[in-house]
Amino acid sequence: MKLFASESEVLAPLVSGWFLEHAWLIPVVPVIAFALIILFGKRLPMKGSELGVLSMLSSLVLAAGAGYQWIQRTNSATEEQFVEPVIKSWSWWRSGGFDFGIGQHIDGLSVLVLIVVAFISTLVQIYSLEYLRGDRRYTHFFAALTLFSGGMLAMVLADNMILFLLGWEVMGLCSFMLIGHWWEDDANSKAALKAFFTVRTGDAGLLVGITMLYFSANDWTQEHLGVSGFSIRGISAWALSGEPNSTVITISAVALFIACIGKSGQFPLHTWLPDAMAGPTPVSSLLHSSTMVVAGVYLVARLYPVFFVGLDILGSGGNLIMIIGAITIVISAALAFVQNDIKRVLAYSTVSQLGYMMLGLGAGAWLPAVFHIFTHAFFKACLFLGAGSISHSASHHSFDMKRDMGGLRKVMPITFITWVISTLALCGVFPFSGFFSKDEIIDNVGHNGYTNFMIIGLVGAFMTAAYMTRATYLTFFGEPRGASAGENSHDSHDSHDSHDAHATHDSHDSHDSPATHDSGGSHGPHESGLLITVPLMILSVLALSSGFLNATPFGESWERMKLWVEPRAVEVVGVTHSGGPGEALIITAPGAEESHSESVCGSATPESGICYAPQLKHAPFKWSKAILSMFIVFLGAALSWILSLLLFTKRDRRLVGLTQRVKVLGLGHKFLVNKYYLDVLYEKVIVRSIAYPIASAAYWFNQNILDGILHGLANSTKKLSGWVYRNIDQRVVDGTVNNSATFTKSVGTAAQPTQSGKVSQYGALLFSAAAVAALVLVIINT
Amino acid sequence: MFVNQFLFLAAVLFCIGVYGVVARKNAVLMLMSIELILNSVNINLLTFALRNGSTDGHVFALYIIAVAAAEVGVGLGLVLLVYRNKKTISVDDLSEMRG
Repeated sequence: MKLFASESEVLAPLVSGWFLEHAWLIPVVPVIAFALIILFGKRLPMKGSELGVLSMLSSLVLAAGAGYQWIQRTNSATEEQFVEPVIKSWSWWRSGGFDFGIGQHIDGLSVLVLIVVAFISTLVQIYSLEYLRGDRRYTHFFAALTLFSGGMLAMVLADNMILFLLGWEVMGLCSFMLIGHWWEDDANSKAALKAFFTVRTGDAGLLVGITMLYFSANDWTQEHLGVSGFSIRGISAWALSGEPNSTVITISAVALFIACIGKSGQFPLHTWLPDAMAGPTPVSSLLHSSTMVVAGVYLVARLYPVFFVGLDILGSGGNLIMIIGAITIVISAALAFVQNDIKRVLAYSTVSQLGYMMLGLGAGAWLPAVFHIFTHAFFKACLFLGAGSISHSASHHSFDMKRDMGGLRKVMPITFITWVISTLALCGVFPFSGFFSKDEIIDNVGHNGYTNFMIIGLVGAFMTAAYMTRATYLTFFGEPRGASAGENSHDSHDSHDSHDAHATHDSHDSHDSPATHDSGGSHGPHESGLLITVPLMILSVLALSSGFLNATPFGESWERMKLWVEPRAVEVVGVTHSGGPGEALIITAPGAEESHSESVCGSATPESGICYAPQLKHAPFKWSKAILSMFIVFLGAALSWILSLLLFTKRDRRLVGLTQRVKVLGLGHKFLVNKYYLDVLYEKVIVRSIAYPIASAAYWFNQNILDGILHGLANSTKKLSGWVYRNIDQRVVDGTVNNSATFTKSVGTAAQPTQSGKVSQYGALLFSAAAVAALVLVIINT
Repeated sequence: MFVNQFLFLAAVLFCIGVYGVVARKNAVLMLMSIELILNSVNINLLTFALRNGSTDGHVFALYIIAVAAAEVGVGLGLVLLVYRNKKTISVDDLSEMRG
C-alpha cells in the first residue's frame, strides 16, 4: 500500500539553497555579457575578451555552487526517496490561450551538464585569449563564444520545451557565426552554411515533436500536475503514466530523435561535423566537447521517459536510437582512418563517441551515457586544444599530420603528455576516465540483452584505439616533416586546407612581427605559452581523474554519480499542485515498505502516483569483461602502431601504395575518402532531384500550356478587337470621350486659379474643407 | 477616466499640427507637423479604446505608428531628393504643379 507523507516516517525534508534557487542566473550572466561585449567590447582594454572570461567564470562559480547544494540535497533524501528537482517557472508570454513559461529545472542531470559546460567554456575562453590574439574580429569572436555558451546553459536548465528550443536555436546560430568566423575564405562560409542547414533539417523534427507532445500531453499535465504540456517535468510524467496513445508518443519520439540526429551528428546527418573544423580550434573544442553536439544527447537524456515509452527501450530487439548509434560508431570510426587532418580525426572520433552515448541511451544505460558526456567533455576538449597548440606553435597553422607534423614529442612535452593522457582516456584504458564511462556503456548494453550491439561497441573500441594510435604516431613520433621540421615557406600556406584561414588572413602579417607572437620571431616548433598549456594540463588531470566519480569496479560506495545524478524511479504519491509561479511543487514520496520491491515505473501504469523516471537496471561489474575490452583496445593500438611504423617510417614496400595495387582496397579507400558519398548524395542527388524536376516541369508548363493558352487567346482577342475598334470604339466611345473632354476643358479653365502649386494653400483648403464637413456633421447629428 | 482631458490634448495637438502644415515653409517642419496630427489621432483612438474597454483602438494605434514611420521614411527621402535638385527645401519654391 501507499503511504502519504504524514504517515511516513522515512521521508526527509529536502534541503535547498541559494545557488539551487537562483540557478537561472547561470545562463543570464553570459547573455548579459554578450550584449555588453557587442556594445562596448571594442572600447575595453582587452577588446571585450575580459567580459567573456569573467562571465564564464561567474557562471562556473554559480554552477559549482548549485552542484554542491544539489549533492547536499540528494544526501538529505533517504535512499529510495525521489529527489525533487528544483523547479521555478514564470509566465513568459501568453497568446491565444497558450501560456508560454520560462524557468529552471534543476536536477542531477542538468547540474552535471551545467558544470561541464561552464567549466569547458571558461577554459576555452582563456585559451582563446592567446590563440586568437591579433585576430581582426577578436571582439566579435568572444561575443559569439559567450552567447554560444549562454545558449547551451539556457537549454540545459530549461524547465519547458519552449525555452529549450530557444537555447537550441541560439546555439545553432552561434555555431554558424563561429564556424564561419573567417568567412573571407569561401570554404569556411560554405562549412558554416552546411552546419547550419544540416542542423536545421533536424530541427524540423524538434518543432514537430514539441507540438505533438504539447497537444497530446497538455490535458493530462494540467489536470494532474497543474503545468502546461510544454513542461519537461509534465511531459516526463505523462509519458510514464500509461495514458499516452502509443502511436502518438512513438511519432513524437521519432521526431525528437531526428532533431538529435541533426544536432549530435549521428548517421546520416553527421556530415556537417567534420566540416565544422573550418572554425577556429577553440570553437571546435567547445563545439565538440560540451556544447552543441551534446545537445542532442542531452535531449534524449532529458526527455528519457518519452523515448523510453515511445521507442520501446529495453524491449526485445533493437530500437531506432540503438541502431543509429551503432551505425554511427562504426562508420565514423572507419572514416577517421583515412583523414590526414588531425582535427578531422578528432571530429570523427567525436561522432563515434556520440554514437556510444546514443547506443547507451537506447539500450537503457542512462547513467553510463550521461557519465560519458561528462568524461568525454574533458578529454575531447583537451585533445582539440592540444591539436590547436600544435598548429599554433609548431606546424605553423597547418593541421595536416602527414605533411607538417611528426616527431613533436620532444619539442612540445606538455602538449604531448596531455595528448597521450586524453588519448588513453578516449580509448577507454583503465584507470583513465573513458574506461569508467565507455566500458560501462558497452557492459550495460550487453547486460540488457543486446549482445549484437555490445559486439559493435567492442569493434568501435578496437577502431578507436587504432585510429588514435595512428594519429598520435603521425603527430608526435617519426621524423619531423614540413612545417614542424622548420620549413615555413609562405607559399605552402596557400595550398593548405581551409583551416589555414587563420594564417592566411589575420596573423599572416602580424605573425612576422615578434611583438604579437610569443615565439619572439622564431618560427621553429616550440612549446605553447602558459595560456594554452595551463588549460591543457587542467583538462588532462580531469581526463585522468574524473572517471573515479563513478568507478563501478571499486564497489557501490564509489558510484557517486549514480547517487547524485540518476533520478530515482519511484512512484511519487501525494501530489499537491498548488504551487504558484516561482514556487516549487511540494511532493512527498511513498514510505519504506515497498522500497525494495521493483518499481512499476516504465513497465506498467502507476496505480496511485506519478513516475518521473523509468526503472533501469545496472550491470554488475565483472573484471573478466573489463579485461576482455582492455585486451581489444590493446590489440587495436598495437596493430595500428606496427602498421604506422612500417608504413610511415620504414616505408615498407609491401604496405606503401597498397591501395593503388589491390583494387578492392583501393575502392574501399576511395569510398572512405569520399565519406561514403553522402555529401554527393545530399548535394547532387537529393537537392538536385528536388530542385531540377520542379524547375524543368515549370519550364515545360510555361512553354507549352501557358504559352499555348496565351497565343490562342491573343489571336481571338485580335479578331474581336478589330470589330470592337471599328464599331464601338470609333463611334460610341470616341464620341463620348470627345464630348466629355470638351466639357472638362471648360471646367478646368474655370478652376485653374485654385491650382497655385503651393502646398500650403492646398493644405489650408483641405483642412478648411474638413472643418466645414465636421461642422456640418455636428449640426446634423445634434 | 479623464476622457475630456485626453480629447482636449488631442485636439490641441491636432490644431498645432494643422497650423504647422499650413503656415510653415520648411518641408521637414511640415513632415513633423503631420506626425503631430497622426499622433493626436492616436491619442483619440487610445482614449476611446480605454473608455470602451476594447483593444481595437490599440491595434489601430499600432498600425498608425507603423504607417507613420513608413511615411516619414518616404517623406524624408523626397525632401532629400528635392534638396539635391533644387538646393532648397522651402515648399514655396516648389510650385511646378501650378495649373
